[in-house]
Amino acid sequence: MTETGRILLDPTAERTAATRELAKRPGSLEGKIVGLLDISKARGDVFLDRVQEHLEQRGMRVERFKKPTFTKPAPIDLRHEISTKCDVVIEALAD
Amino acid sequence: MTPSLPDGLVAVVKRDCPTCQLVVPVLEELAESDRLTIYTQDDAAFPEGLDPVDDTSLTMSFALDLDTVPTVLRVESGKEVARIVGWSRDEWESFTGRSGLGEGLPSHRPGCGSKTQDPDIAAARAAALGAAQLRSRRVELGAHEDEMEAMFERGWSDGLPLVPPTPERVAHLLTGTTRNPDDVVAVVPPDLTECTVEKVAINAVMAGCRPEYLPVVLAAVEAACTEEFNIHGVLATTMPVGPVVIVNGPITRAIGMNSGGNVLGQGNRANATIGRALQLVIRNVGGGRPGEVDRAAHGNPGKFTFCFAEDETGSPWEPLHVSRGFASDQSAVTVFAGEGPRVVVDQLSREADSLVRTYAACLRTVAHPKTVVAIDATLVIGPEHSRVFRQAGWSRARLHEELGTLLQIPGTELIRGAGGITEGMPEGFADTVLPKFRDGGLLIVHAGGGAGLFSEIIGGWVGGAIGSEPVTREVVA
Repeated sequence: MTETGRILLDPTAERTAATRELAKRPGSLEGKIVGLLDISKARGDVFLDRVQEHLEQRGMRVERFKKPTFTKPAPIDLRHEISTKCDVVIEALAD
Repeated sequence: MTPSLPDGLVAVVKRDCPTCQLVVPVLEELAESDRLTIYTQDDAAFPEGLDPVDDTSLTMSFALDLDTVPTVLRVESGKEVARIVGWSRDEWESFTGRSGLGEGLPSHRPGCGSKTQDPDIAAARAAALGAAQLRSRRVELGAHEDEMEAMFERGWSDGLPLVPPTPERVAHLLTGTTRNPDDVVAVVPPDLTECTVEKVAINAVMAGCRPEYLPVVLAAVEAACTEEFNIHGVLATTMPVGPVVIVNGPITRAIGMNSGGNVLGQGNRANATIGRALQLVIRNVGGGRPGEVDRAAHGNPGKFTFCFAEDETGSPWEPLHVSRGFASDQSAVTVFAGEGPRVVVDQLSREADSLVRTYAACLRTVAHPKTVVAIDATLVIGPEHSRVFRQAGWSRARLHEELGTLLQIPGTELIRGAGGITEGMPEGFADTVLPKFRDGGLLIVHAGGGAGLFSEIIGGWVGGAIGSEPVTREVVA
C-alpha cells in the first residue's frame, strides 16, 4: 500500500523531536498562578474544588476555567485566556 | 516479494482487451487437458467458467513485469521457463504442443497493453516503491491536524505555504536525478549538517519544484555550502544579502527557465522554486533562521527566492559560466551573495563610452559612494543596453576594463567628512586612489526583456576570502 498524505517526510536535520515539545515545567509552584480547567465531565468540579482549597492553603492564586463540552478541544479563545492568565494549568479528567 | 507461480501454463488476461476475449475458447480448450491457471487484471469474473485468479491488485502482473496481455507462461518448479504474448496460432501450438487450437479464429492478433503499463498506475507504483526506500523520519500528522498549518507550526516554512512533502512526492522528485538519495551533497551551515540528496529533494518538493529542476537545486546547494561562498557568513551578517543563483547552459532551456522579460521577478516556476528550495535547505537542514543565526537588519525579498537564467542566445558575450572556466555545452550555477536589485536607467546613450559612464556612476553608489574594494556587485545588462556594446565591438573583458578605470576613486572623495558626510575612510587615505571593486568583485550577466533601455545592479556583500566569493558549480544529472 502507498503511504497517505498524512505522512510527511521530515525536511530538517532531525535534531529535534518530530512531536511538539512540552512546555518547560516549573521547579515549584511558589508564587505561580494556577489555572484549574474543568473539562465539563460530571463531578470534575468536586475534584477541582478540593484541589483549589489545597492550593490556596499553600498561598497560591487559582483561576478557574471550564470547557463548554468535554467532547471537543477547548476553544481557541479559552486556550488563549488560560495562557495569558496563568503560569501553569491543571486539567481535571473525572468520570 | 515475488508471489509464487503455479506449475503448468499460466495466462494473464484482462476483459478490456479484444485479443484476450478472442482467445477465451483457446483457454477453454487448454483448461480441459493442461494444468492452466489464469490471472485476470481488471475483472475477477473474466473469463467466465475458467475460475480465474483475481489479480486486480496487479501484484502478479507487476512481479512478472508484463508488457502485453494475453501473456502465457510455462512454469516448472515454480519458475517461468518460457513465455509468449498476443495470439498467434502457430506460436501457441508449438508452445503448448497441441494442434488445431482456436479453430475459426484469425491466425494471429497482437495483444493489448498490460494494465501495469497504464501511465497512472505505473507512476503510482514507482512512487510507492521509491517512497519505501526513503530514510528520512516520517512525521505522522494528527487526525485533526491541517497539513498546511502543521508545516508552519513545525517551523519548516519561509512564511509562504509549502507543498506537503509526502513520501510519494519526494520519490517522484528524486526521479529527476541519477544520484543516490543517500549521497551527501554538502555540509550545510550554520549547524554543519550533512545534507543528502533526499533531504534536498524533500525541501525542493516543499518549494514547489518539478523533478527536472532537482539537478540545478543540488548544484546550488553544493555551491552555496562551499568555504569560498561562506553561506554561514551570508546568513549571519546584519547586511541584507542572500544567495543569488545564476543558471547557465542547456538545462536553462530544457527546464524552461526565464532569462527574458521580468527575469528578476515572479511568474516562472523554475526560477521561483529553485531559489526557494536552496533557501529552505539552509533553513531546515542547516538550521539558518531569521532571528537566530540569520541576523539581517532588513533582509531583502530575494531571501524568499532569487534565481534566474542568463540570456545566452541574445548576449554579445560568452556565457557567464564559460568566462568562469566551463564549456558552453555544460550547465552550471553561479551563486553570488546579493541584495535586492535596482534599476539603471539610461535611455539616451547610444555610445559605449557614454553607457559605461552611466554604469560607473550607478555602481559607485553600491553600499555607499565612499565604500571601496570591500563590497561586490553583479551588473545585469538588458538586451537594449547590450546592443550598444555589441555595435561598439566591446568584449566583456573590455567592459570590465573600462569600468575598472572609471571606478578608480580619489581618496579625497572617500575620506571621512568629504561631501559633508561623516562616513568614509580614515584621513590617511586622502592621497590614495582606490578601486570601487576588488579584482573579481564585479560580475556581468546578460538578461532581461527585449524592450527597455535598462540594466540592473545587484549590490553584494564583503567580497573575497574575508567574506564571500562567487562560486560556480556544474549541474550534473
